[in-house]
Amino acid sequence: MSWLRFFRRKRADAEIQEEMDAFLAEETAENIARGADPEEARRRARIKLGNPQSVRETLWQQNTVALVDAVNRDLKYAMRTLARTPGFSLIAIVVMALCIGSTTSLFTVVRSVLLRPLPFRDPDKLVMLYEHFRDARSNQEGFNYNVVSPGDYHDWRAQTHGFEDMAAWRFAQYNLTGEHGDLPELVSARGGSWNLFPLLGVQPALGRTFTESEDRPDGNAVMLTWNLFERRFGGDRAIVGKQIHLDGKPYTVVGVLPKGFIYPDAKVELWVPYESGVPPEVMKHYDFHFIRVVARLRPDVSLASALSQVGAVQYRLHMENLHAPVAEDVAPRTINDDLARDVKKPLLLLMCAVGCMLLIGCLNVANLLVARGAARQKEVAIRGALGAQRWTLIRGQLTESLLICVAGGVGGILLSLAATEWLATAWKGLPSAENIHVDGVVLGFACALVFSAALLAGLLPAISSTGKAVFATLQASSRNASGNVSRAMLRKTLLTVEIAATVVLLVGAGLLLRSFTRLRSADVGCVTNNVLTLDYNLPAEKYSSPEKVNAFNEGLLEKLRAMPGVRGAALASGLPGEGYGGDDIFTIKEHPAIKPGDVLPDAITRWVDPGYFSALEIPLLKGRYFTGDDRLDRSRKVIVSSELARQYFPGEDPVGRTIHVAAYNDADYEIVGVAGDTLWQVGKPALPTMYFPILDGGFNKGQSIAVRTDADPLAMSVPVQKQIAALDAELPVSNVQTMQQAIGDSLGNARLSATLVLGFAVLSLVLASVGLYGVLSYLMTQRTTELGVRMALGAQREQVMRMMLFDGLRPAIIGLALGSAASAAITQLIGSMLYNTEPLDPAVYVVVIFTLLMVATLACMIPAWRASRLDPMQALRAE
Amino acid sequence: MTRKDKTDSEMLKGTLDMMILRTLVTGDAHGHTIAKVIERTSEDVLEVEQGSLYPALHRLEDRGWVSSYWGPSENNRKAKFYCLTVAGRKQLLLETSRWRQMSRAIGLVMGEEATADGGIQ
Repeated sequence: MSWLRFFRRKRADAEIQEEMDAFLAEETAENIARGADPEEARRRARIKLGNPQSVRETLWQQNTVALVDAVNRDLKYAMRTLARTPGFSLIAIVVMALCIGSTTSLFTVVRSVLLRPLPFRDPDKLVMLYEHFRDARSNQEGFNYNVVSPGDYHDWRAQTHGFEDMAAWRFAQYNLTGEHGDLPELVSARGGSWNLFPLLGVQPALGRTFTESEDRPDGNAVMLTWNLFERRFGGDRAIVGKQIHLDGKPYTVVGVLPKGFIYPDAKVELWVPYESGVPPEVMKHYDFHFIRVVARLRPDVSLASALSQVGAVQYRLHMENLHAPVAEDVAPRTINDDLARDVKKPLLLLMCAVGCMLLIGCLNVANLLVARGAARQKEVAIRGALGAQRWTLIRGQLTESLLICVAGGVGGILLSLAATEWLATAWKGLPSAENIHVDGVVLGFACALVFSAALLAGLLPAISSTGKAVFATLQASSRNASGNVSRAMLRKTLLTVEIAATVVLLVGAGLLLRSFTRLRSADVGCVTNNVLTLDYNLPAEKYSSPEKVNAFNEGLLEKLRAMPGVRGAALASGLPGEGYGGDDIFTIKEHPAIKPGDVLPDAITRWVDPGYFSALEIPLLKGRYFTGDDRLDRSRKVIVSSELARQYFPGEDPVGRTIHVAAYNDADYEIVGVAGDTLWQVGKPALPTMYFPILDGGFNKGQSIAVRTDADPLAMSVPVQKQIAALDAELPVSNVQTMQQAIGDSLGNARLSATLVLGFAVLSLVLASVGLYGVLSYLMTQRTTELGVRMALGAQREQVMRMMLFDGLRPAIIGLALGSAASAAITQLIGSMLYNTEPLDPAVYVVVIFTLLMVATLACMIPAWRASRLDPMQALRAE
Repeated sequence: MTRKDKTDSEMLKGTLDMMILRTLVTGDAHGHTIAKVIERTSEDVLEVEQGSLYPALHRLEDRGWVSSYWGPSENNRKAKFYCLTVAGRKQLLLETSRWRQMSRAIGLVMGEEATADGGIQ
């Protein structure tokens, strides 16, 4: 009722006027009837009526909801003030939109990736268990979480009772072929133990999960992910119970996983049982690490006590296998952290950067508002003197900053809708990237952000401009009132903080950028220019013997090398810069036996063809390359990397020595050569590597081929694939790209975070310089008279300019000092994200300080120059 | 009614509302008539100031105790007529009985004769 009344105030007012007119007419008529002359009659009627204005006012107020009215008035007033200075308003709104937009986007990503619970039952109770080696080498890049060996997992599960259950999964990859001549494709898969899905609490969308009896080496059940089910099988429900072919072997589809099940990443297309297709003896190894273990905590047992049981079993296993790489300890990691391990730090870093920028944006708007407050000092003083309450005055000014922030917030949310989507796709390997979108919680966050930004930006100026000192302006005749000095101080303080925050951002961006350029120019150890790479996987059914595999591989290499425009071709189990691939321990026959418990020699294992090193220009330091003769049983030869030679053969010639690799045929291998180091991943140190001949028939798990071309390698991709199809039309190839693309992909995230932080830093720099310029311009107008007097008394223009410049630069220099000190502390936190770059890199600091000083000087120069050009006569009259 | 001080006028606000409702029992009336009727029936002791009459009428309308319409007055002028609603009638009964209690109570305190005056001022 009262609300309606509120909106009908105008109509009610018109009505009451009409009603009072009617009253006057009645009363006048009555008075005339009583015998008064018309003039007198009207006069008496008016006296009787009293003051119509006060009646109207009473009614108007009676119809008004006080708060709404006041807010309404504030809004109108603020809107008008903002509209009067559209330039200021636009700048402030754009600044807030950028700040709020980017903060919202990052929050969206952080929430989806780090905070949102996984679609599992009680995800808080799920932990991933890893082995942990104690030795220093394993921990040189931080606390190590080593993947688990199947033997360890078996014993943990059988011998401890602290966890409700444990499940395991392993990597797998299959050639998925259709029955009706559909295109073959290479799909990424996982082998999950039968209890994995019940343990996670995942119900299949169709069919069922694996049974215990299917989790056998000959188990041939398969579960499809929703993605594969929709994409490859057209969402046909009849697929459940039918057979599909993986690497040529028939598998029965027993179920389809629900749409929301994206674990461990979106690339996984299907699941087979954990033991399916794995030789039973492999599953008994304690020193063959390739599985991940998920455990569910029991409600009544703490993680520490559950873990201590598993740890005890593990330590016993370690003691029983002192000559094998069996870790001493067990390390847990929450399932959320496990998925986000690579992105958590950069994400939090970006979140901090964006928060820093938001702070700078707020300070900037606050600064601008303080300047406006100065211009409206008289008005505020008069309103205060007329009895406006301080709260009313503060509210009025807060409304202004609120309007700016709301407008900026709306812009920011629109911006973040686009930015979030871009960020989710630009960021490689973001877990649950497909679930990242703006939702209610995010909008709530954005609203909270808008209001806190409005408070932050508005409260300080509002409080400062409505204090008791304001009344001094009424007494002071000149504009050099004492209130202005304190206001200038406030602006300078805000500016100092702003500049300090900018310095931190700039230093952070500089360090990331430097680290990124070092990463990009890092020497992988082989040619990366004009190299086309692709992967293929020879199915074991068709290529059942080493001879058949060799025939294909050699045939392909021969064809490729004969192609015009091809300078060389290399075949390997994995190419430099494209991944780890796996490692094995070894012993050196000629050296004394390793004492039990000592760290075992360990190296990355690679299988390469005889032409691999020369094709990729990896230098041979000693000995010889493999030849076509190093094949099958005659091939007990190995080439080691120079890092391996340095670590394990210090001061001796490794060529001619023999190493024993238990995991690989349990055989002795003669070292025939030493090759230059290559990086398995850019940004990581080179590790000892041993190369076996790929023709020895021991390796057929999926190989990579690198083709060196004369010109654009991508132009050769179709001809190269045609050569493969000519040998085997059914063989799928994958990851067709240039080596630089493949390496660049792994640097993508480093580039992304460096670019983003740099963007934020540049924006902050612009904001800070706008702030500097604003403050100095304001100071100049404040001091016009003073400057006029100085000049009239003989001050030189240069002196005036120097004085103004120094006045403006002082907050910049203090901010710079504070910011540098803060950066030195803060950047220690990102030390682990930097490659070959110290957090205290002097070059970065020098560049940042220089840039900031340059920009600050430029920003101050204009008002200072203007001050020096003042005409003293006019300045003196400027009262 | 004169506004001597705040407490006085506040106390009387309620009684003005009640009297307006009472006036409307006999039939619909416009502001001028209502004021006149109150003045006449109180033997010109109570003088209704328009400054409080119109806000009171609007207040009553807002509470749903009276409704209003525009119509021709006795002298054929356009005037806003007020009429009592069902809720208004109930309110009148309530207020009348409360008033009776109150005036009796005040009368008792002031001595027997005082009730006859039913003093408002």
